[in-house]
Amino acid sequence: MRHSLALTVNGQDHALELDTRTTLLDALREHLHLTGAKKGCDHGQCGACTVIVEGRRINSCLTLAVMHDGDAITTIEGLGAPGDLHPMQAAFIKHDGYQCGYCTPGQICSAVAALDEIRADMPSHVSPDLDAPATFSGEEIRERMSGNLCRCGAYSNIVDAITDAAEERV
Amino acid sequence: MRTFDYERATSPAAAAARVAGTPGARFIAGGTNLLDLMKLEIETPAHLVDISRLAGLDRIEETPEGGLRIGALVRNSDLAADRRVRRDYAVLARALLAGASGQLRNKATTAGNLLQRTRCPYFYDGNQPCNKRMAGSGCAAIGGFSRNHAVVGASEVCIATHPSDMAVAMRLLDAIVETVRADGSTHAIPVATLLTLPGDTPHVEHGLEPGELITAVTLPPPIGGTHVYRKVRDRSSYAFALIAVGMVVQEDGSGRVALGGVAPRPWRVEDADALLPRGARATVEALLTGAKTTSENAFKLPLVERTLVSALAEVRP
Ligand SMILES: Cc1cc2nc3c(=O)[nH]c(=O)nc-3n(C[C@H](O)[C@H](O)[C@H](O)COP(=O)(O)OP(=O)(O)OC[C@H]3O[C@@H](n4cnc5c(N)ncnc54)[C@H](O)[C@@H]3O)c2cc1C
Ligand code: SF4
Repeated sequence: MRHSLALTVNGQDHALELDTRTTLLDALREHLHLTGAKKGCDHGQCGACTVIVEGRRINSCLTLAVMHDGDAITTIEGLGAPGDLHPMQAAFIKHDGYQCGYCTPGQICSAVAALDEIRADMPSHVSPDLDAPATFSGEEIRERMSGNLCRCGAYSNIVDAITDAAEERV
Repeated sequence: MRTFDYERATSPAAAAARVAGTPGARFIAGGTNLLDLMKLEIETPAHLVDISRLAGLDRIEETPEGGLRIGALVRNSDLAADRRVRRDYAVLARALLAGASGQLRNKATTAGNLLQRTRCPYFYDGNQPCNKRMAGSGCAAIGGFSRNHAVVGASEVCIATHPSDMAVAMRLLDAIVETVRADGSTHAIPVATLLTLPGDTPHVEHGLEPGELITAVTLPPPIGGTHVYRKVRDRSSYAFALIAVGMVVQEDGSGRVALGGVAPRPWRVEDADALLPRGARATVEALLTGAKTTSENAFKLPLVERTLVSALAEVRP
């Protein structure tokens, strides 16, 4: 069964007609040919498919494209491009925050949104005092990024990259 | 995934009527549990009614009694970040933040979290017998890999746990679920009885009627005290609980306690609350009376007690 929908992806409007079963991830990759977001586990367990929808990071594999009719979506392609990198992308390169690179687009989208969540005063499991405003720390980053797995184990460099980008933005 | 028809709900009552009146229809909210199971064809709805954009169900409001009314569509991340929840119902914020990941909490809804299904590995594996997935087919977990299964409240035909962290806190706080049925009538169901025990029918997990839509979860006025949620898991983040302890303790030592990861629903025994001032051993004995373990999950009994000892030490330094 097919449904028509509209998505605004990285500022560009798209009209699509898709099988209702199409996940947002498959719509981006197979129909809009934005192959930055990756399909890892396809069950919300690895975070490689992370994109930013209406300002929030989500697993694009665990949601239907039709449910996002009218939504604005940012993928890794929309954050920055060669020559005009997002500070988080530049920080990942500077700190070598990857090996094979498969999880990297998801890591970067997740990291950008995670810093926004701290700025929006959203607490985390490791926040010591829920009454205090959310603050940045290495421990906070490790906890907030736990939804993004890296099978190469580049975690320490990923934390360095995010820390660097966070310092640049404050 | 099987094919299905899709529509966006226009109002809570219309959504309830639509699901009640359409064969194979289901609500979808955040989709993080339903879609996961649809990909594996463990759930095979023929029709999805998308409630995720229903107006007004994404708000957290104060009730006239001084409690909070949490809309069914409030995201887990927004609920945990709410200043009133952080101040007055910290055990709920802590339980939410101990669950899933930042990405998932941004999608997961209050009602969807309560109604999420078990993480029993055999339930997820269509090649295995599972009475919950296919009534009468048997239970591969009994005599199989049962490390993360229930020690209380289970039955001879299913020993699955309810995996939610949030539900443990909701149970502890005596939350009430508000619903609307297909005929437009509204109902109030305590979280304590929303989820049913498996008995002979483990495929039945709650007492909601077909098409009965959860519209909100209401919290009674704040009860004060020190709030603790201790989740013990195989890795320090992004894993389901082996066991969890939710607790609110008052200055005079009285309090209440509920457990996660040990039963088919959040586990609270009101008689056990009264024993808290006497310490962990007495409380856990009352909480886990009649516990039935397998060789693989027997560790949960001492783990619950030790976690409670440690949680009590935290609140009574
Ligand atoms: C990798 C992973 C890790 C996770 N880790 C944890 C964890 O550590 N702790 C934890 O607690 N949870 C965890 N979860 C589960 C997560 O919390 C649930 O998937 C989520 O809360 C479900 O909410 P949803 O809105 O996405 O539900 P949906 O998938 O949309 O719905 C779930 C069920 O509820 C029904 N439903 C939804 N809304 C309503 C309503 N208003 N009225 C009636 N019925 C309704 C649906 O029909 C469906 O049957 C994890 C999930 C994943 C994928
Ligand atoms: S424990 Fe329950 S869910 Fe798991 S295999 Fe047995 S019947 Fe199925």
